[in-house]
Parts: sequence; structure tokens; C-alpha cells
Amino acid sequence: MSDKKDKLMNFLADCAVPIIFIGLSAAAIPLSGFSATYLVQEMLSRLARNSFLVLSLLIPIIAGMGLNFGMVLGAMAGQIGLILVTDWAVVGWQGILLASIVGMPIAVVLGYICGAVLNRAKGREMVTSYILGFFINGIYQLIVLYCMGNIIPISNPQLVLSRGYGIRNAINLMGIRHTLDNLIPLKIGTIDVPVATFILIAIFCLFIVWFRRTKLGQDMRALGQDMAVADAAGIPVERTRIIAIIISTVLACFGQIIFLQNIGTMNTYNSHDQAGMFAIAAILIGGASVSRATIANVFVGVILFHLMFVVSPMAGKQLIGHAQLGEYFRVFVSYGIIALALVIHAWKRSRDKIEARKNLRGDAK
Amino acid sequence: MSAEVPILRMENIGKEFFGNRVLQSVTFSVMPGQIVGLVGENGAGKSTLMNILFGMPVIQQTGGYEGKVFIDGEEVHFQDPVDALDKGIGMVHQEFSLIPGFTATENILLNRESTKYNPVVEIFGDRFETLNRPEMKTRAENAIKRLGVDISSETLISEMPVGHKQFTEIAREIDRSKTRLLVLDEPTAVLAETEAAVLISALKKLAANGIAIIFISHRLQEIIDLCDKLIVLRDGRVIKEEDTKRTNVRQIAAWMVNRDTENTKEDERKHTDKSQNDTIMRIEHLWVDMPGETVRDVTIDVREGEILGFGGLAGQGKIGISNGIMGLYASGGKVFLRGKEIKLNDPDASLREGMAFVSEDRRGVGLLLDEGIDWNIAFTAMQVQDKFIKKLMGGLVKWRDDKAIDECTREYIKSLEIRCTGPKQRAIELSGGNQQKVCLAKAFAVDPDVLFVSEPTRGIDVGAKKLVLDTLRRTNEEKGTTIIMTSSELEELRSVCDRIAIVNEGRISGILPADAPAEEFGMLMLGHVKGAA
Repeated sequence: MSDKKDKLMNFLADCAVPIIFIGLSAAAIPLSGFSATYLVQEMLSRLARNSFLVLSLLIPIIAGMGLNFGMVLGAMAGQIGLILVTDWAVVGWQGILLASIVGMPIAVVLGYICGAVLNRAKGREMVTSYILGFFINGIYQLIVLYCMGNIIPISNPQLVLSRGYGIRNAINLMGIRHTLDNLIPLKIGTIDVPVATFILIAIFCLFIVWFRRTKLGQDMRALGQDMAVADAAGIPVERTRIIAIIISTVLACFGQIIFLQNIGTMNTYNSHDQAGMFAIAAILIGGASVSRATIANVFVGVILFHLMFVVSPMAGKQLIGHAQLGEYFRVFVSYGIIALALVIHAWKRSRDKIEARKNLRGDAK
Repeated sequence: MSAEVPILRMENIGKEFFGNRVLQSVTFSVMPGQIVGLVGENGAGKSTLMNILFGMPVIQQTGGYEGKVFIDGEEVHFQDPVDALDKGIGMVHQEFSLIPGFTATENILLNRESTKYNPVVEIFGDRFETLNRPEMKTRAENAIKRLGVDISSETLISEMPVGHKQFTEIAREIDRSKTRLLVLDEPTAVLAETEAAVLISALKKLAANGIAIIFISHRLQEIIDLCDKLIVLRDGRVIKEEDTKRTNVRQIAAWMVNRDTENTKEDERKHTDKSQNDTIMRIEHLWVDMPGETVRDVTIDVREGEILGFGGLAGQGKIGISNGIMGLYASGGKVFLRGKEIKLNDPDASLREGMAFVSEDRRGVGLLLDEGIDWNIAFTAMQVQDKFIKKLMGGLVKWRDDKAIDECTREYIKSLEIRCTGPKQRAIELSGGNQQKVCLAKAFAVDPDVLFVSEPTRGIDVGAKKLVLDTLRRTNEEKGTTIIMTSSELEELRSVCDRIAIVNEGRISGILPADAPAEEFGMLMLGHVKGAA
């Protein structure tokens, strides 16, 4: 009886975050006054835009490396690819493909660096990758702000700052805007469905399902749960961790390209910053924890997070008369939810430890 | 020697750690299908011997070993555990190396999974082969069946009882088809009696299939039931190699603990009879969740003015008792001091009631390493008892009385012969022995009624050792402080204490006066409660 109750409590504790967000959305949707069609269109579009990026977080979590801000590095690689493709004026889906091909090796190198650094900071991956993101951001700015137009030839004057080198703050991605989303056109009623993007996302999901069943995936699961045991069993721990991060950065690189082709403009110096924070907030809202995440968490999280994004400014406006309040609320929420998830994780871990010690004692009172 | 070649022969094995000899000309051999029991106190050299056999890196890093190891008559030099595994030597460790969220199958085949080819392998390499679940299941079930136990291959480790975890570990070694010599380090320590019995019959079955087994255990009856031959180690030497049929528990216990009498008691202590003294502390059904030193159910009365010793083998819970009462680990049960119940899980309360603790973890719990000797000594007294504090404005502002601290520190430096440059020297710069003296001074500064001392002489030199023990004795005699001392060294307890309680598996297995024969203590340490064996 109490066992059943315990299980229910555990289930509720695990799902507490998504339940709170479903409740908030349920209250905010009628207040905002948006039509159902509008919301469905928005959600479909945003799901296509963001899912790939968020999915790239899964593999490091499987490998026990926590929520990996290292994906920001992948996003940077994707953006460098996009800048070059825009300069070369390759348009359409070919442009997207080429940007991915250019970005991928950069993402691999950055992923390797990130993995090597994280191997020296075991157990503190999250904060280390976060700070590493700032550092690599410096290098990214050096390349984009000084080298491009100087050392790396950029011929399109619309991209270059008026002083002759460095990339402008905003880049118009007209050539590839929505090309992936509209590659296979489908309209249901008035709603556009980005079929091709969803096919890519589906392939990615299948990849993750398949990957968990490979030897490498099994090794990652093992070392995600207990690094010492995995090491003793002869699994090459450090190498496996580096591979996990590389896969994540490469996928994040693709994810950022998909994200930006949907948006249509690129904020050269800021886009990647938000990518990591918002992706992590989304996966946590979906009910994932620092040590456990599923594909379902990703989709639930993306929908709830973006629902909040769309609905809350309007709800704020209707309620108080200020759209800023909603804007404030969603920024507040994304940081707050990360902090909350970390606290819950730490609390759960200490609770598990106490339980484990109790079990050691056996049946004595 | 018989015509058969021993699967393992260790010849004249010796090992020194930094000038400290832990093994000396150890020679023995193991035949295929033979079960050899290895017994000895903690520190007798069992672990080091097994580390040498497995080529553990720690041996190489500390200068290698002397003597020769032969497998099937051929000399081998293992550089790391993988070499040993390749030669068919399997090890089941004391602590579980299992992955809690994996099933039995996944753990048994960890990093030796059956896999299937797929085209991706051509690009990314072998690690992208997919797992062959059905085959893995069959292999795991075969290994479990060979053990003769009933475990579902799909159960998660985290949901298994302890005994099944142990079987899973052994099954993992069995699945290695090459395994011919299996080393089990205290496999039954965590098992209930019935589970241990199943394990023993499983091991016998394995031996009948030709697998040789080295079985390390403190439960002597098991050794006698299971093993063909037994080897007793003491102080790094083989004391006895004997057919188990020709011996008994009492004799083995005597071999394990008896030392030559030459080095005992240069200063024989007069044991005054304190059995008539009042009870100062009463411990009832105490449990403590201290990792590695779990206390399950301890009930004991401590008499006023006595020195009570807690002895026993490592990991049995003796250290947990004082840590639990002082509130350093989660604990429960009841503890009364002079009839008043002590609030557990609150170090501050324990200190306020007039108890003090010299921790076995000198550098972690005992000292503020980066502060001076003076602060270290005064710290607890200042926090808990407002000693060394000047009050200004009617107690609104509390001021540290540096002069009083300095005086007090100098006094202790003199009386305890702390070797240092002065009261301001940082604790981290002192030697282990002198750090321990500072810890003692810190406890004395609180002027406790009951003083807990945990492993007071661990890792300090002989001279300091004697001084520490003498100081404890003197404090007891002059101030009447009740001292509860925990130590792994039985001889040390016997030289200082009035009574010694032996802790086994988290419970008190018996209390003896300090002058009882060593053999009696040995029996209690191994869990043979008086009269039962």
C-alpha cells in the first residue's frame, strides 16, 4: 500500500515540472485570446525549428555528462558555415547542405576540444562547458569580427562591416530561408506543415533509438551510471566521453542551421548564446533531469516552452496591459527552471544516498 | 609435489611499502579445482598479496615485488589487471562493481556484449555494432545456471537483494570462458546465512568443474565447510598452511591473532577494578549509517571513569559508534549521558553535553589545516563553551581572547611535547604525530566528561604513539575522564583499556576485560559469540 503511494509520489516528483507548465499554459491560453489554428501553426513551426537542437543534448546525458552547454560550440560552427554559404551565394537546400558540410569539421574539432577539457573536469561538466562556451565565443568573435574579410575572403559587401572587414551584426539568410521547411510543401487547411524538417527530426530520433542499442551506446549508458565500474570493465572512458560530446556538437551544428533557416535572419554575435540556454530550459521543462532524458521529454519540453513563449506576452498584455511582463516572465522562467532542475537533482541524489546507506544496515531497526 | 602442475604458484613473494615490510617470503600453490581459504587479520597482507597476483598498478608504482609468480608452471609478470584476466584469473571484489540501472544480463556481459554486424561499422568502426540481445540473454542465463542459483536475467541490479548482486558478480567472472582461477574477497560478508550457504554450494560446483578458487573470508566456519586447504597470514608471513579437515575454528583464530609475547607491555598497567562504578553513559539500540562502518544494533553501558575500548576488524562498525554518537553520521536509537537523553544527529548538542571526539579522520574532521595550532586547540571550546571569549557591552559583542588562547596553547605544547615552531605554526606543517597531539589538546580544552578517541595512533611514529597513549591514560587517572577508545590494534587496546568490546557486523559480539587471552578476542572478532562456537 505504502509502496504504491511511494511510487505515485515518485512519479509526481518526476513530472512536477511539466505539470506546472501545463497548468500555467492552460491558464494563459484563454487569457491571450489566440485562436487554435494560430497556436497550432506556431507550435508546428517552432517544433520544427527547435527540436533538432534540443535532441542534440540527449547523447551527453546518456553518457552521464549532464546538460551540455558545449552544444553552443556546435551552434557556432553551424553559423560559420551559414556565413560562408551566404557569401558564396549558394541558395536553396543545396545551401543548407553545403553549410552543414562546412560546419561539420569545425564542430568535430570544437567537440574534441570540449570533450578533452571535460575529461579533466569530471563531475563538473555543466559549469565547465558553460564557461568553455564563453571562451570559444571569444575565438569565434576573433574569427568573425577580424579574420573574415581580412584573412578569409568575403566578397559580398552586404555581409561586411563598412570598415572593410568583420561581419555585420545581422545577416539576412534570404537565400535559404524556409527552403528546408518548404521543400515538401503540405498544407492542411490554413496550416503549413514543414514536412522535410520533420522527416529529418524523425531520422534523428530513429538514430538515437538505434544508437542506444549499439555497443557504443551501451558503453555510454554504462559509464553514465558508474564511471569507475565502466573503467574497471575495460571500457575506454575518456575516449567514449569525447565521442559523446563530438556527436552532440555536430548535431547541434546541424540543429542551429535548421533553426536559422526557419528564422531567416542570423544575429551573428548572439544567436548561438541563446541556443544553449533555451534548449536546456526546454528539455528540463519537458521533465528531463540532469541524469535522465528521453525523446519524449524533448518534444513535450519544446511544445510547452514555446507555448509559454507565444502565449505569455499576450496574456501579460491582456492582464496588466504590458507585453513586457510576459517577456520578462519567459526569461525569468528559463533561468529559474534550470536552477530549479539543478536543485531537484541534488536533492534527489542526496536522498538516494541516504536510502542506499539505509539498505546497507539491513533489517535492523 | 604431485605430478600435476599447479595452476598458480607464488614463490617467496615479498613486498615493501616505503620501507614498511608487508609481505615476507610467502609461498603457496593452488591446484586446478582446489579451493584455498586465505585468512588473516586486517593488515596481515591478504590484499597486497592479491594485488600482486593481479598486477595492480599500485604495486608497480611502489617499486614492484620480490619473488616469482607461476601460472601453469610458467613465470608471469602481470603489468595490469587485463593481463591477469587474459591468463584466466577472475576477481570478485568486496565492494560491488555493478551498474545499478542495468539488468543482470547487461552487468554479467559488461563490455563483453554479443554484437551483430551492420553497415555503419564500415564507416565508424566496431563500436557501432548493435547488441545481440537474445544471445546475451542466453549467455547470461548459462552463467547463472552454472552457479546453480535462481536469478532472473532481466532484473535490474538496483532492485536485487544483496545476495543476488553478489551472485551476479560471480556470474560475470564465470562468463569469461577462460576463467580458471577465481579470487573471492570476502564474498559472504554482506550475505545472510542462507544466501551464504547457497553461495558455498555454488562454489563447490564450480570447483568440481575444474575452476580453482581462492576464498578470502573472516567467517572461519565457512572456510572449514568450503575449502580444501587453508593458509593463515599474519604480519606478512604464512603462519600455517593446513588441510581444513585437520583443524577447527578455535585453532585458526589462535593462529591469526597470537603474537610472540616478547614485545608486549613494557609497562604493565594496573587494572583497577571499576566494575562497581556508576554508569555514566548508556547506549541503547544504536544504529549509524556511516558508509563502510555501518552500526546495526549496539547496546552497552559505559562506567564512570573507565577506559572502554572498541575493537574489531575493519568495516565491522566499530568506528561508526563514536561518529554516530557525536552526530557526524545519521544515526538512531537512544544514548543517555548521566541519565539524560542526548539529541542525536547534532554535533553541537553532543559537545554541549560534555562529550568530545578525537576523530580518526585527523586531517578532514580533526583539524583546520590552514590555521595555527592555537586556533585549532581553542576552536571547539570557543564555539561550544564560550571559553577564550571576552564579552563587551554585556555580551552583545564577543571578542576573542588571544592572550588566553596563547597561554593555553603554550601549556599544551609543553605538556604534550608538540614539536613546532610556536603556537602560530599552521597545523598542515606538523607531522602526523604532532597533529594528533593537537587534536587531543583540542579535545582536552573542552574539558569533557566523556572523551571519544578514534584510531588515535593510526599513521604516527612509535614515540608519538607512546606519548599519545600515556596522555590518555594520565587524563583518565588524574581527571577521571571517561574515555571510549576505538582502535584496530588489539594490543594497543589491551595495553590501555579496562574493558574491550568487540564489534562484529555492526553489533557487539562480546565484552572482555583487557587481560583476557588474545585468542578469546580473536574468536569474538570473527563473530563467534562466546559459547556458540
